[in-house]
Amino acid sequence: MTAVLTRRPGLARLRTARSPLHPLCLGLVGLVTAAALLAPWIVPHDPNAVDLGNALAGPSAAHPLGVDAAGRDTLSRLLLGARTSLLGPLGVVLFSTLAGLAIGMAAAWRGGWLDSVLSRSTELVFAFPGMLLAILVVSVHGEGLLAPVIALSLAYLPYVSRLTRSLVLAERARPYVSAYRVQGHSAPQICLRHVLPNIAPVVLAQSAINFGYALMDLAGLSFLGLGVPALTPDWGRMVFDGQTAVQHGYPLSAVLPCVFIVLTVVAFNVVGERWADRVARRDR
Amino acid sequence: MSFLRFAARRVAEMAATLLAASFVVFGALYLAPGNPAGFLLAGRSASPDALAAINAQYHLDEPFAVRYLSWLGDVVQGDFGRSLTYRTDVSRLLADRLPTTLLLIGMALVVVVVVGLLLGRLSAVRGGATDTAVLVGTAFAVGTPSFVAAVLLQGVFAVQLGWFPSSGAGDGLLDEVRHLTLPAIALALYLIGMLARVTRSAMLEALDSEHVTVARSRGVPERQVIRRHVFRNSLGTVLTTGGLIVSTLLVCTVLVETAFSIGGVGQLLELSTSTKDFPTVQAISLIIVALFMSVNLVVDLLLPLVDPRIALGTRSSSA
Amino acid sequence: MTPTRTPHALDVQGLRVTLPGTARPVLDGVDLHVAAGETVALVGESGSGKSLTSRGALGLLPPGATVAGRIRVRGHDVLAMKPEQLRALRTDTVAMIFQDPRAALNPMRRIGDFLVESVTLTRTMNRADATARAGELLQAVGLDASALRAYPGQVSGGMLQRVMIAAALMGDPELLLADEPTTALDVTTQAEVVALLAELRARFRTGLLFVTHDLDLAAAISDRVYVMYAGRIAESGPAEALFARPRHPYTAALLASTPRLEAPGGRLAAIGGHPPDLRRELTGCPFAARCPLATELCERQAPEQRTAPGLPDHRAACHHTDRLEGSPVDA
Repeated sequence: MTAVLTRRPGLARLRTARSPLHPLCLGLVGLVTAAALLAPWIVPHDPNAVDLGNALAGPSAAHPLGVDAAGRDTLSRLLLGARTSLLGPLGVVLFSTLAGLAIGMAAAWRGGWLDSVLSRSTELVFAFPGMLLAILVVSVHGEGLLAPVIALSLAYLPYVSRLTRSLVLAERARPYVSAYRVQGHSAPQICLRHVLPNIAPVVLAQSAINFGYALMDLAGLSFLGLGVPALTPDWGRMVFDGQTAVQHGYPLSAVLPCVFIVLTVVAFNVVGERWADRVARRDR
Repeated sequence: MSFLRFAARRVAEMAATLLAASFVVFGALYLAPGNPAGFLLAGRSASPDALAAINAQYHLDEPFAVRYLSWLGDVVQGDFGRSLTYRTDVSRLLADRLPTTLLLIGMALVVVVVVGLLLGRLSAVRGGATDTAVLVGTAFAVGTPSFVAAVLLQGVFAVQLGWFPSSGAGDGLLDEVRHLTLPAIALALYLIGMLARVTRSAMLEALDSEHVTVARSRGVPERQVIRRHVFRNSLGTVLTTGGLIVSTLLVCTVLVETAFSIGGVGQLLELSTSTKDFPTVQAISLIIVALFMSVNLVVDLLLPLVDPRIALGTRSSSA
Repeated sequence: MTPTRTPHALDVQGLRVTLPGTARPVLDGVDLHVAAGETVALVGESGSGKSLTSRGALGLLPPGATVAGRIRVRGHDVLAMKPEQLRALRTDTVAMIFQDPRAALNPMRRIGDFLVESVTLTRTMNRADATARAGELLQAVGLDASALRAYPGQVSGGMLQRVMIAAALMGDPELLLADEPTTALDVTTQAEVVALLAELRARFRTGLLFVTHDLDLAAAISDRVYVMYAGRIAESGPAEALFARPRHPYTAALLASTPRLEAPGGRLAAIGGHPPDLRRELTGCPFAARCPLATELCERQAPEQRTAPGLPDHRAACHHTDRLEGSPVDA
């Protein structure tokens, strides 16, 4: 049985090998991450400083990217927004990767009823689009970042667990595993010390791809006003806040976060895909 | 015969998964902090009448299993309970809003299928600069959430250029189509990128096969080789994305209808979520999940017709 | 140019094909012909260029290849053909039988569809006539006309190869190219397919170029044989003469390495070494490195084709062909 990366079909077998996009995207990922890490120290203004007299003003020396409908500095909100906008997907990817690894390994190693129960649940979760699951949870729990992150982790978990399961099944059939067993190593020991390092690159590549999608979902929730709380700077929330201004002909405060969202998602997707392609090629 | 048995098994599987999904949707209520009645009434006047109505509707004084089963019985009969915000039957609310949403989704689906297949085919057959252009273009398409596309399209084509209305659903079919054009494109963009890529890679795989060389060696004109041996052979793979396409369209109507203030089911989901109108959220969630599963079922049943290898059992349908 | 009055079914002259990224041509001065109604075997190891040569007759050369020399079918230059003429050539003059019938037929389309598609799509025949002919040909290859409705996945490999042969005969070709048509089949089916090919060839009077790595098969089926090594013709001649008295050490070595029922117990002589690498340039004889007769001359100078005394058709490209006398089994 060969294990294939379960990507979203849209990105299957994309050949970015010779694409000039890749180095560009790698740079962009670095830049956005740096902005998110350094934001509190480099923002020119308090992101929540309201100046209604100056609302929707265009770029100026004091506000290089203009201000929004409440007179808040767009650049500062974009930089600080990178934090929330990346932190959410990071949480989703972390949770789903760890839980997915554990579940996939357990299913593959133990087999039997555990495997079939886990496979059935996987199918069930696949029936709920991530966004819908998040909305369902928010409708019960109320707004905030934690509930959607947990819901999306759950929605993304099957992608990781299914991949892990097939990888572990392939790995378990290899002779070195029986060799360790004969020597009396315990199953968890073999899993953690030998199988995990072998399958980690492929699983991490999958997680990198999931990151871009989680970012899109969370930004969407914020846009609906169901994600982060109202005052927190966040790209999706900024689009929501700026949409009325767009309809009155002042697009800047909404278009800029749009551009940031698209560029970041594209960058993470291209980098993740490239990584997945590499890993897949090395495996062959 | 064997096909009927296969179909019966798939239908039974779907029914089981749908049952489990309904349990999840129903059980979500009990994840809420505090007691369900309190949650359902949150922020609303808790008159004894209202409380009694809630208790009756949700059978809150009965054991959990009884509550679930009676709720399920109602749902199967099309009774999704009463909306707490609108104080009317959820099924009425849905019936009022469904036509607009269906039109929107239908328009988007047409755009996705036509443009997605065309781009994917162009990219695979032409190669070179066309291929690169489509790859870069679709990389951006799949990286653009539908609400971003909605806001950008609105800003350019509705506000700046004034070609289309910027909000609302319009009256009468023609006006509705005009109102829904931008939303449909916003809804379609991501899926166009996805479908183009799926088509492209499936066609490239088919192009690599020996039987394509054989067809060429027998003098079959190139256009026919592409149509009969390459495009035709990639259709099965393309078809398997059907469920994903429909469920993505359904979920993304939440974003697009909100962005364009269209009074459809998507907007209803957003409104009922932010007002904690749980019966409505439940109903819409269940419908989305059920539609996703039905489309997948139809795809699974169609696949043997499209790909005789599956019908013959020489290739599994999950491949 | 050709001395014969009726042009050969296939006439290849000085064919040289160079692929991008290689140091020497994959085909280097190949001369070969198949007369009308004649059966010719083209023998060689994999990678010797035999498949490429046969595909050349259909104008099917890999993209990016540089081609010199001539390929003529019935006197018409294939390499100079426009797409339209090439299509006509492929539909009704030359047909190919491929190695693996499982891969050669589109699994998604019915066998009947496969049989008629080339003649109907090029408007050579209408659909009804084509279907009728397909049914007749299926019977000629020993299948039932009901196979028309079947999908490739529903029949065996041997049956599929018969379908492939029937398909090749659809356009009433003057030249059949069979590219290792039996390699993918089991032994009994192989024999049936070969017998069928021989019978049909006689019945439809087509020329046949039979590409194979199997010497016994070549001996059994062909009038004449070409032995290819590293993109060049090492030896050519009438089948009996060539197998009885090989004039090239490579042919001799091939014969010695073939297991024989008549002489059991003898050790098989494997040919030491490997064919020359495409990425290295070749001076002299390509077989020199593996040849027991090789001298300094062979390393330096590529041998010309030499005729055997008294047998103008039997030629070998070897400097030391005269030293190679006696039966192949002793070699």
